[in-house]
Amino acid sequence: MSTVATVGPRATAGGFDLARALKEAGLAAFVAFVLFVPLAGFKLVGQEGQLALEYRPHWVLIGTAAVFVGHLAINFIRAMRGPSQRARGEAGAMARFFTVHARWFGLAAALLAFLLPFTPLGNRYVVDVATTVLIYVMLGWGLNIVVGLAGLLDLGYVAFYAVGAYSYALFAQWFGLGFWEALPIAGVLAAIAGILLGFPVLRLRGDYLAIVTLGFGEIIRVVLLNWYDVTNGPDGISGIPRPTFFGLEFKRYSPDGMTFSQFFGIEYSSLHRVIFLYYLILILALITNWFVLRIRRLPIGRAWEALREDEIACKALGINPTNTKLTAFALGAMFGGFAGSFFATRQGFISPESFTFIESATILAIVVLGGMGSQIGVALAALVIVVLPELGREFEQFRMLLFGAAMVGIMVWRPRGLLAFREPTVRLHGRGQGEEAPR
Amino acid sequence: MNAPLLEVEHLTMRFGGLVAVDDLSFTAMDQRITAIIGPNGAGKTTVFNCLTGFYRPTVGRLTFHGRFGPVLLEREDGFRIPRHGIARTFQNIRLFAHMTALENLVVAQHNHLMRASGYTVLGLFGWKGYRAAERAAIERARYWLDRMGLLARADWDAGSLPYGEQRKLEIARAMCTQPKLLCLDEPAAGLNPRETAELAELLVEIRDREQIGILLIEHDMSMVMRISDQIIVLDYGRKIAEGTPEQIRTDPVVIKAYLGEAEDEELPEEVREDLARLGGGA
Ligand SMILES: Nc1ncnc2c1ncn2[C@@H]1O[C@H](COP(=O)(O)OP(=O)(O)OP(=O)(O)O)[C@@H](O)[C@H]1O
Ligand SMILES: [Mg+2]
Repeated sequence: MSTVATVGPRATAGGFDLARALKEAGLAAFVAFVLFVPLAGFKLVGQEGQLALEYRPHWVLIGTAAVFVGHLAINFIRAMRGPSQRARGEAGAMARFFTVHARWFGLAAALLAFLLPFTPLGNRYVVDVATTVLIYVMLGWGLNIVVGLAGLLDLGYVAFYAVGAYSYALFAQWFGLGFWEALPIAGVLAAIAGILLGFPVLRLRGDYLAIVTLGFGEIIRVVLLNWYDVTNGPDGISGIPRPTFFGLEFKRYSPDGMTFSQFFGIEYSSLHRVIFLYYLILILALITNWFVLRIRRLPIGRAWEALREDEIACKALGINPTNTKLTAFALGAMFGGFAGSFFATRQGFISPESFTFIESATILAIVVLGGMGSQIGVALAALVIVVLPELGREFEQFRMLLFGAAMVGIMVWRPRGLLAFREPTVRLHGRGQGEEAPR
Repeated sequence: MNAPLLEVEHLTMRFGGLVAVDDLSFTAMDQRITAIIGPNGAGKTTVFNCLTGFYRPTVGRLTFHGRFGPVLLEREDGFRIPRHGIARTFQNIRLFAHMTALENLVVAQHNHLMRASGYTVLGLFGWKGYRAAERAAIERARYWLDRMGLLARADWDAGSLPYGEQRKLEIARAMCTQPKLLCLDEPAAGLNPRETAELAELLVEIRDREQIGILLIEHDMSMVMRISDQIIVLDYGRKIAEGTPEQIRTDPVVIKAYLGEAEDEELPEEVREDLARLGGGA
């Protein structure tokens, strides 16, 4: 019965119900019109020292028409592709191919990443952007534990990023700890924050969970903003020590000992630190990847996925849902904390500005776009989300518009993420043996 | 051999004003199939939910002679009950749909594997002891897949198996927890007659080979009558009869409960049985 209901209206003649599509597009255009009239229809202009309203009906018309045509186009594309991809939960041949050969793609990508600074491409700007990409890759992989594996929708992940960043900044400021000493502390503190968030939301799922975690993210940011004595409020913390290469600083001269360039007898270049930071985050990200791939095949990882599928069945099998969820929150948060520490040492300055909701949303978008649970997908999505706005720089204010359009496009073409194909954690038969499952 | 496995005393479960189970007492024996039957809404599933810790009984004592000696189930946390040796299936199948059949069976051995992996720490570094434990778990899963005839489909997503096989997989998953008491909530629902016959055979086989007790909720009377050692009949939460299949088959109170107010004393045996088979509908 349910299949009839989902397939029904679109199943006619393989596709396109024009009247229906026109009606829907008209409705969307009407809503857009109502929104555009106040938003784009008027402009305040200064006129002879007074404010006056300028009417811009053409903008309203253009916007409304764009929505109408766009809506129609999306419906048309959907109809042409058949209704069923989402309904059947199908992954698509490409996603399958990527996931099945994930090991090779992963190795190739890692190799490319290691060589990047030495390729002709590896100028300062590219390495810098690549570093940002890798931060988001690492955050995406960390959040993937909570959202992709355990199925707990977390909209406040940036809180743990902030805890990690401030942990390092404050421990450096007060106790003079270096990056490497502070890193585990930051991870542990972020994990504790994860558990603290976990307790009150143990019974929540889906939308409710998302709202509470969103609130938690904001609470942390507001605390950072207002706890002047400790966090220096909106002014932030500056002068955070930069990382050292086994004690060697990246400076021209150092009052306390040798610098990196002196030690290796090479000419000082400010590029050294940029490249070092790049390798640092690359290694941190690869450790995260190793950890997630590994833990997915351990009992706790399987229990996370089982919990995502059916919590009641888990209980009936003797799995403690409380502990399982809290471990997911804690470990996910821990990697957020690591990434936060790195962020602090890279910037040398942090303030609550860097930890707003939009960051959480971006990280979540990376996980969802990538295909929940897919490591390669997340890396790909991070690349898209960081690099796309960079590429769009020439378009100036249209940049975010293009970005939004690309997001909509991905969600239309791949509603379950770029690479939504789940590779089993264990197989009984080799690939191609045993009975072939229907796809 | 004939020791009591589960003793239910004065079990009562109220939901607001509704008394779903009313002062129910019975004993399920070890290595016996005990069936609980009754019309729709009689409170059968509620009994299961009390036994497996999903509901806390309003009144009653539930003594289970489990793996570590007797326990009072009503005092245990739900997720701890399986450790004592109770496994269950659900009336509406609850598999991990997007995990493979094999993974479903491995997840069922979670607590054991968790300990073997040193609570993840040792497992992360590929400790030998854990790898051996995982191999053993997969071996057990393979054994049950084989017995259910699902071996070739081990790597299928559980959700893409046909309905009958999903039912079987859920039983296999319960068995992978190595229970002393297996609670099955309408395992034959939705199966065709051939599948039902196979299932009946399987349950008897599990009872005899694994030497465990089975608690069976079922509407298919032919199956219940064929394989049960003991039958308990519920109606409106109350136990209205208890006995062997022969005793239940001829019990006028039971027949009345199943057929409502209709006078059926004069019905010939076959008709009565057929009506009883339609069971829940009445
Ligand atoms: N959580 C609950 N809250 C309120 N009422 C409930 C709850 N669970 C069960 N009930 C009620 O208890 C009564 C017994 O339900 P139960 O599910 O145990 O019946 P059943 O014998 O399993 O029936 P069926 O053969 O249809 O599965 C029903 O009237 C039901 O509505
Ligand atoms: Mg029921």
